[in-house]
Amino acid sequence: MLVEAFRARDVDLVVADDREIHGDLAAWPSGLPEVDIVVLRAKSHWRNVVLARWLESRGVRPVNAAAVLETCGDKVSTTLALLGAGVPTLSASVAFSPEGGRLAADGVGYPLVVKPVVGSWGRLIGKVSDRDALEAILDHKDALGGAPHAVTYLQRFLDLRGRDVRSFVIGGRCVAAIHRTSAHWKTNTHLGATTSALPVDGALARISEAAAAAVGGGAVAVDLFESDDGYLVNEVNGSMEFRNSVGTTGVDIPGLLADHALAEPGRRRPTGAP
Amino acid sequence: MSIATIVECPVCAGSVEVAADVIVGELLDCGECGTELEVRSIAPTLTLEEAPMSAEDWGE
Repeated sequence: MLVEAFRARDVDLVVADDREIHGDLAAWPSGLPEVDIVVLRAKSHWRNVVLARWLESRGVRPVNAAAVLETCGDKVSTTLALLGAGVPTLSASVAFSPEGGRLAADGVGYPLVVKPVVGSWGRLIGKVSDRDALEAILDHKDALGGAPHAVTYLQRFLDLRGRDVRSFVIGGRCVAAIHRTSAHWKTNTHLGATTSALPVDGALARISEAAAAAVGGGAVAVDLFESDDGYLVNEVNGSMEFRNSVGTTGVDIPGLLADHALAEPGRRRPTGAP
Repeated sequence: MSIATIVECPVCAGSVEVAADVIVGELLDCGECGTELEVRSIAPTLTLEEAPMSAEDWGE
């Protein structure tokens, strides 16, 4: 879809495979033609972040910026950014040991949700109904060890009544939104949730655009909960997926993304760079 | 008019219909075994491989 959008705009387009990119960080990436604009669409979060940093050092402003990708890709960073900007969000507690996790959970209350600090598509997200279940998870994380389990991230469980909201913010404007509905408490389309169009009203636009601004702007997908007190931002996705939403909303999301990318300033060669 | 090409699935040897305007790196599913496949080359030969398994940091 995105390739078609760029081709329709008569752009000299190159589709590069990150598996073929390598090289000296002091030089332009080998395996990538010297282009003016880059839209990062690798499935790997870390590859996108590294490429974003690398390309920024070479004078390119990628979509999205490294800072946006890093903030969105880390749930702690996202939560802190949203809290700092005063965007209504479901707050979170963190802990660095099993005992700390137990104490943090006592503060959050049950049921709660345990999430990995870095992760997507609903992976490793678990609903915890009581202390016994929590202790099993904490003991497993402690035994497994490693970076993914070094930090426990907890949020209170919010009964979504089977659906949540995803909005798309591109260049500071909320352009589309969907409901994601599922019989499962996780509403990822990756896990089978179905989508339906949701008209973007003032309230949804304001909170979505504020969330996007809080993480640094760009082109992001905002996941929101509908609470009794209004919308709450759950997380912000820095590498938005939109295939399931274009037909549902009737909005040309890839076209708007292409326009946003093309509006970025062209490449500026670093001082002294060959 | 674009004409699809029929290619053998590398996993089950079933028939996979590949659109004429496919690009390298594009993902598609084998309709017979359900495996996610990746277009690895178009010319001189259209080749498919099993798509990489989802990694820990994959996603949005």
